[in-house]
Amino acid sequence: MSKIYNNRFLISRRIVQLLILGLFIASNYYGFKFIRGNLSAAKLFDIVYLADPYAALQMLSAGMLISVDIIIGSLIVLLFYGLFAGRAFCSWVCPMNIVTDTASWVRRKLNFKIASGQYLRVNRKARYWILGLSFIVSAIVGVAAFEFVSPISMLHRGLIYGLGTGWLIVLMVFIFDLLVLKHGWCGFLCPLGAFYSLIGKYSLLRIEHLKDKCTDCNDCKLVCPEIQVLDIIGKKSGYISYGECTNCGRCIDVCEDKALKYSFKKLKL
Amino acid sequence: MGASEHKYNRRETLRKMLGSGGLFAIGGMAWAGYVDEAKKVDLVLRPPGALDELDFQKACIKCGICVEVCPYDTLSLAESGSSIPIGTPYFKPRDIPCYMCTDIPCVVDCPTDALDESLVSIAKENGTVALDINKSKMGIAVLNTETCLAFWGIRCDACYRACPLIDEAITLDLTRNERTGKHAMLKPKINNEVCTGCGMCEHACITEETSIYVLPIAEVKGKVHDQYIKGWEEGDEARIDTTNVYKDTKTNEQSTLDYLNDTESLFEDE
Repeated sequence: MSKIYNNRFLISRRIVQLLILGLFIASNYYGFKFIRGNLSAAKLFDIVYLADPYAALQMLSAGMLISVDIIIGSLIVLLFYGLFAGRAFCSWVCPMNIVTDTASWVRRKLNFKIASGQYLRVNRKARYWILGLSFIVSAIVGVAAFEFVSPISMLHRGLIYGLGTGWLIVLMVFIFDLLVLKHGWCGFLCPLGAFYSLIGKYSLLRIEHLKDKCTDCNDCKLVCPEIQVLDIIGKKSGYISYGECTNCGRCIDVCEDKALKYSFKKLKL
Repeated sequence: MGASEHKYNRRETLRKMLGSGGLFAIGGMAWAGYVDEAKKVDLVLRPPGALDELDFQKACIKCGICVEVCPYDTLSLAESGSSIPIGTPYFKPRDIPCYMCTDIPCVVDCPTDALDESLVSIAKENGTVALDINKSKMGIAVLNTETCLAFWGIRCDACYRACPLIDEAITLDLTRNERTGKHAMLKPKINNEVCTGCGMCEHACITEETSIYVLPIAEVKGKVHDQYIKGWEEGDEARIDTTNVYKDTKTNEQSTLDYLNDTESLFEDE
């Protein structure tokens, strides 16, 4: 029982991820109207559109006026993550998260001591440069540039509509995370993650740290894919304030001391 | 912190900035180069109401809703490695043609207007706008007269019968069969202006490899220069006044006369 309890958010995330993916696939396969499309744009209950605001911005910079449906759909998504869920897309929705989590799990199980940055020095800020670059490239080539190379949309779209050779790029990310750079894709390079890091900085849902209960075991830092956001652990109580925190809750799972929990930021009005 | 240390830091910072800047530039070039190559496309048929290829690729968000709502499973999203820009919808009429739904769900449900309703709509007399799938221009059917059985003198009008715009987009030309001397040939003929490119003819064609096939309009449509006037067609001569071809050419009457009158140069030794 405690095993389930100690993985409760991991299990919930997998259920949510697979449920969302399953609903997309079932809607396509059986013609349900729950949620049609994919993570780039979707129609929910045949009523309202949802859209990937990052893709919409790329289209805008490629020189295309964005339709009203996409503007509204992007705003809904922006408001949901910006006000409420933070960077939760990355850990609760994105299908690549299962791939990269598996890579880091294998890393831990095989006890790889290749520290991040031993062979390849990459700055965690690189993703923001890639994010900026994606808009420049979109403007130059006149199409949404990241959408041509994104393993996220390739995997998600591929599972719904046919993958082709898209599994290769997914495997590339897996090997990169496993052998080259720990948490390399999600933690250093992915511009979509960078985008949601910027969006989610001021969201209400946050991880809260209670210093008084912390025993400095550092288990949380062992599993955290964005270890720099845990700088207050054992030092002071408070919310994890970084937008880069994916709200995955893995730190809460592994904390034996109940020194971490989800909580809503109290608004100071 | 001494002055020398300052200098070292500045140099180090500059070096890092240049290094990262170089990586940024190279990465951007490689990325742009790849995407520019990957978006190149020809001979792919888009759903009805699609914008021109370049704009279509700009606008398509690759969500696949058009694929899902198509009741005939005509449309597919391009997989990576398929030589069609990844994630964009297309169809292959020999497998499944477009069956020309009158409510055009693929266009109506497109969230980005990459499939544009206005391109498959007509203005009605009472001022309202209504969907009209027959306005769509997915491509143009092209006929291979070498392999078309009707051109051999064998009776086949499968494409003509399959065409949703029978007697408009495909007509039958009745000609005499010179080989037998006593039979008729019923040769299919495509009207480019009317053909929508749905591909039902391609799907219906009975030859082993199809003898009638849909190509994207850009690959097929010919165009005559403006200065060619159909003098035998009433009204076409009026274009002489509006066409700009001659007016654009700068003529100098004097130099023309000089050229004609100057015979000296003819007698010059080389």
